[in-house]
Parts: sequence; C-alpha cells; structure tokens
Amino acid sequence: MMTSNKPNRLNKFFSYLLLIVLAIIILAPFFIGIWTSFLPTMDIAQGNFFSTKISFDNYAAALTKTPIIRYLGNSLVISTLTMIAQLIFCSMSAYAFVFLKFKYRNAIFVLFLITMMLPFEAEIIPNFTTVKNLGMLDNYSVLLIPFLTSAFGTFMLRQAFMQTPAELKEASDIEGLNHFQFYWSIVLPYNKISLITLGAYSFLGAWNQYLWPMLTTFSNNSRLIQNGLRQLQSEETFNDWGMIQASAAIIVIPTIIVLFIGQHYFKSGMNEGAVK
Amino acid sequence: MLKTTTPEIEEIKTKTKKKHYSFSLNAKDKYYALLFLGPSLLILSVFVFYPMLKTLYISMFLTNTLGKTTVFNGFNNYTQLLSSPEYITSMISTLIYVLSVTVLTVSIGLLLANLASQKLAGIGVFRTLYSITMGVSVSVAAIFWLFIFNPSTGFFAIISNYLHLPVMNWLTDPKMAMWAVIITTVWMNLGFTFLILLGSISSVPTTLYEAASVEGASNRRQFFKITIPMISPTLFFVSTITLIDSFKSFGLIDLITKGGPTNSTNMLVYRIYKDAFYSGNYGQASSEAIILTIIIAFFTFLQFKFLEKRVNY
Repeated sequence: MMTSNKPNRLNKFFSYLLLIVLAIIILAPFFIGIWTSFLPTMDIAQGNFFSTKISFDNYAAALTKTPIIRYLGNSLVISTLTMIAQLIFCSMSAYAFVFLKFKYRNAIFVLFLITMMLPFEAEIIPNFTTVKNLGMLDNYSVLLIPFLTSAFGTFMLRQAFMQTPAELKEASDIEGLNHFQFYWSIVLPYNKISLITLGAYSFLGAWNQYLWPMLTTFSNNSRLIQNGLRQLQSEETFNDWGMIQASAAIIVIPTIIVLFIGQHYFKSGMNEGAVK
Repeated sequence: MLKTTTPEIEEIKTKTKKKHYSFSLNAKDKYYALLFLGPSLLILSVFVFYPMLKTLYISMFLTNTLGKTTVFNGFNNYTQLLSSPEYITSMISTLIYVLSVTVLTVSIGLLLANLASQKLAGIGVFRTLYSITMGVSVSVAAIFWLFIFNPSTGFFAIISNYLHLPVMNWLTDPKMAMWAVIITTVWMNLGFTFLILLGSISSVPTTLYEAASVEGASNRRQFFKITIPMISPTLFFVSTITLIDSFKSFGLIDLITKGGPTNSTNMLVYRIYKDAFYSGNYGQASSEAIILTIIIAFFTFLQFKFLEKRVNY
C-alpha cells in the first residue's frame, strides 16, 4: 500500500497518470482486436486502421459461416458439467477425509497429495490409449469423464471442511443425523464460499483446456471453443482477420461481463480459498 | 490450494487431544467412506495413477509405430535424451520461458497491485481494468497477439512502418518468437496474479504503514520494508503457481509458434506431444513426460513445504 504521507496534489497527479498509462498498455490488445473486428478485411490487409466502413459484417459472418456457436455451446456444456461434477465428487471425498474414520485413511490421503504433483500433460499418452480403447473419442464423454474429480479440489475442500466447528458435528450427532444428512444440510452450506471458489476454478479450468480436447475431438459436434478458434484461424479462413477478431470478441465479451459482475465475490473467494 | 496446515500434525492433534472431532466410531463409516470416496478414487486411479505408472513403464521401452512396446531399453531413453543437444536446447528454452514469464508476471503484477492499493477516488475502475485478462482464454489471447505480431498487417508492423523503422519478424526470428510467446503469456497471466497480490496487499494492517509514516519512512522504504515482507507467502505462492503453469504451457505455443521457428519454442510439453503424436515415438515421449513430472513434482513439493512453514497463523 502506498500511503501518501501528505495528500500531495502533484503526487496524486502522477499516480493517476501512471495508473492510466498502465491501463492503456494492458487494454491495448483488446482495443486493437475489437476495433479490428469492425473493419473490412480489405482495409486490415492494407494496414488501413482508420477505415470509415465500420460494420458488424464480420460478426454476422462469424456467426453464420462458422460453427462458432456450436463450439461455444460445447464449451459451455462441458465446463458446466465439469464444475458440477467436481463440486459433488470433490466435496464427497473431502468429507470422507475429514469426518469419516476408515482404514488406510491417511495412506489414501497421501495418494491424493501425490496426485496433485503429477501433471496431466505428462499422462496423456496412456490416457489417450485408454479413451481410444473405450471408444470415447470425439465425444462429450472424453472431455468430461477424466475431469469428474480432482485431487486439488479434494485437498482444497478438505482444508475448508476442517474449519467446520466441532459443535456442529456434535449437535447433528445428538439430532441423529446420518453422514449423508450432515454432509448435505450442514457441511455444504457452511462451506459455501469455498465451494463457489472451487466451482469458478474448475469451470475456468475446463474452459481453458486445450491439449486434451485437441487430441481427442475432431468433429464440430464435440470440438470446444479454444480448439475451434484455432481451427478457424489456421484452416478455413486464413487471413480473414476481421472475422477471426470478431470470433475472438464474441467469446471474450461475455466472459468479461460475467467477470465484472462477479468480480468482488470471486476476488474474496479466491483469496480465502487460495492463499490464507 | 494452500491453507496448508500439516495434515499429519493436525491428525495427531485431533487424536491426542480429542478436542476437535469426536468421531462416533461406527462400523457404518466404512460403507460411507466407500460411497463418498469411491467415485474420486476410481477416476483418479484410471486417469492419474494408472497412466503415470504406465508412462514410467513405456519410458523404459522402445516402441513400434503402433505405439506398442517392443524392446526393453532400461534407462537408455533417458540417457539418450539427456545427451541429445536438441533436448538440452528444449530444456534451456523452457527454462528461459519459465523464468522470464515468472519474473515478469510477478513483478508487473506486484507493481500494478501496489499502485491499485492506493486510496484514490475511482481506484475501483483501475482494479477492474487491471484484472480484465482473467476473462481471456488461451485462444483469444493468442488471436489478439498474433494480429499484433503479424509482420505484414499487424499493429507493430504498422507502427514500425509509420516511424520508418525496420519491421521486426516476431514470428519467424527464433529469438523474437520466444519473446512473442513470453509477452502473450505474461499478459494473459497478469489479471490473476494482480488480483491475488492486491488481495494480499490490502490485508496488510494499515497501522503498520501509519507507524512507519509517523517515523518518516518514505513510500519506497515502506514498500520494501513492510509490504514485501508481509505479503511474502503470497508472493511465493503466485511465483510457484506461475512457474508450474508455465512449465506445462502448451496452448499458447501451439497457437502462436507451433514450436517453431527452428524448434526455438519447442518446449517440454510441446515436445512430448510432437514426439508421441507426430513422430509416434512413444518410448521417448514417455521419458520426457517422466522428466517433466519430476520437475513439476519438485516445485509443487517446494510450494507445500514453504507454505506449510510460512502460512501457519
């Protein structure tokens, strides 16, 4: 925190100046991209950035001539399902580690910790063979099933669940709640913030997946937006910069609006869940 | 990640003091455990444990074009890799990339977070703007920057033309291509890093700064003597996260340079992908995967250990 010793006008002026310059630098790629998306491709190719022929033609072209809507829909479905699945399965396994007593509990927990250290990128070769043998290629299932749960999510929720006051457990034992009832009606609501954080984290993680979907999907029916954009950019419409930028804008604008709305929530959740 | 109190110690505490959870030691727990833990354990076994062991296994074999293991090769795949100049080059370019990305992301993120933590009218607007790249996914970031780097129609090219400077070949010059990937990665990471650091800086007690101000400490001094030490666990956290993530970088490289030009951005994960799925050399690719795992496991472990020590209040 830069507490200005005395409210000095000159200091303030320079602070604002620096803040504005940095904001412009960070936002420049956006402005350039989005501005370009309104220009005719001919003008872009000639380096004519100040064209007067501003229009939504590129957007219309992106929406009608490319499967971008399908890609977006696929990504939305897969990310949402991944998020829901991780919230369910990670919270269940976290519950087991905190509230249940069973043989080898610590050993299994150590296994989970080890899992967190193993990068998925290093396991793609056998995983590819597995899903191929199971006949899951180019299908929603291949994008979903390996990511139904995560060691990281389990670990994070376990840390949160351990903070649940012991009195709640005692009270629920007196009430005669079984584990499932305690899990559902006490533990989950009590740890709402951590669940939201994990939800956001897993949704974004799925949304940003790249290598795995690229290997395992190859038709427009199941292709996700990240790989879809690559497809557009590299094959079908090479050099049609206007339309490519419009496609990028179609994807990024809704995300940013959601981010603006949820920013406060997200920020506090992230800081609580991520860094104590 | 990372409210790390030692699980083991926590365990012992609960056991010995019996102050926390008084478990109703119930035979039914076993079935609940199976029900609650079963699905996760199954998925992780099939898609994490098994493939890891399998990768280790394949890494010690030669493979045929169908990816089937043929001849047991022991650690030869590893020694071959580590003595191949091409692999060493990959390793070096990965290190350059990872270090540059981490240093730049964290230091720029810190600068932004420090500026945005000032109490000024309208500062909220800047906080929002600085975190904007959090909403940018891999392919969007790549498209924005590919256009900027484009040598004929791109933004940089047009500026250079306007100023009568030589146009830089961002994507065809090996050194520049590396920077193109680094710049894009840093830009994309910045929003997240900024938010985490801002949160951490805002939680430093203001009384510390007030006391320092009374004693006449300059802003710069306060920053280095108060802010940095107080947020050091967070700094460490974002640094290792960025480091680990950039070791695993794939999407941006595929989108921007495809490992080229002349292998200059052919980094660890991209190599695994190319050697396995382009060249069909599964044995070697598996050894590369194991090396990657060791590196990442090391940094993850470091992160756990450090946070356990530092963030335990």
